[in-house]
Amino acid sequence: MQEISSSTYGSKRLVVGAHYGLRDWLSQRVSAALMALFTFVVLAQVLWPRYVKNPAGQIIRDATGKLVTITGYDKWAGIFAPQWMKLFTFVIILALAWHAWVGMRDIWMDYVKPVSVRLVLHVFTLAWLAGCTGWALQVLWRF
Amino acid sequence: MSADNALKDQPHLMPKGGSRPVFRNIHVLDILKYRLPPAGIVSILHRVSGALMFLLLPFIIWMFDTSLSTELSYERFTAVFLGSTGWFFKLVALALIWAFLHHLLAGLRHLWMDATHAVTLRFGRLSALVTLGLSVLLTLALGVKLFFF
Repeated sequence: MQEISSSTYGSKRLVVGAHYGLRDWLSQRVSAALMALFTFVVLAQVLWPRYVKNPAGQIIRDATGKLVTITGYDKWAGIFAPQWMKLFTFVIILALAWHAWVGMRDIWMDYVKPVSVRLVLHVFTLAWLAGCTGWALQVLWRF
Repeated sequence: MSADNALKDQPHLMPKGGSRPVFRNIHVLDILKYRLPPAGIVSILHRVSGALMFLLLPFIIWMFDTSLSTELSYERFTAVFLGSTGWFFKLVALALIWAFLHHLLAGLRHLWMDATHAVTLRFGRLSALVTLGLSVLLTLALGVKLFFF
């Protein structure tokens, strides 16, 4: 390695680092775009009114002829009830974990120089994200 | 391999006479003297907001859990924000709201610049100011909703 790594500039410079910059750069942006899309999908459903339906699937009216809106827990849980929404949320939880790993690793690599401390922080980050991902997935299929 | 060794291999890069000033690590308090342009402020806040959300992930998932699991847990969720220490939880939630909005807008700015190669000084400055202003304005609006309505 001595011959090729002696230069710190130019096309033959010593390339240090993790060597997977492009993959991380791309995965961070793809996961970001997915999470942004998810945000707008959830937000639209929160703002959009939901109405009470009869067993036949028709929207019902109260005695005064007004539509009956669904509010509170029923509306919130109703957003995440369909299978497509559960799968979408599942993908987003994984995207978030990956996104946060790339971002936090960038922070540790920039500000923490001692390898031992950095290793501990990397392990903490991975364990933290794995635990949070497991919890979030458990919630998703509990109700 | 250390930087010193790299220089020994290339004597022509060694400072002559040893009189040239060497700038190594600056003191941490020098941060206070930085004069960042708007894009720099957006950039560092992108990191701060990301790290904040990372550290508060358990709280976020706790909210996801209790608000969604059962009607009973949903009531527990709302009670926490309406109780005597509710203001504290609202404050943490508002910090998360700001962090999310700033991170989202700064991220969309990044994606836009990546996709369109928008690299002019003017666009960088303007979009940075819009990111900062819009995230703070939306946070204030949602804060009013959270605390007073």
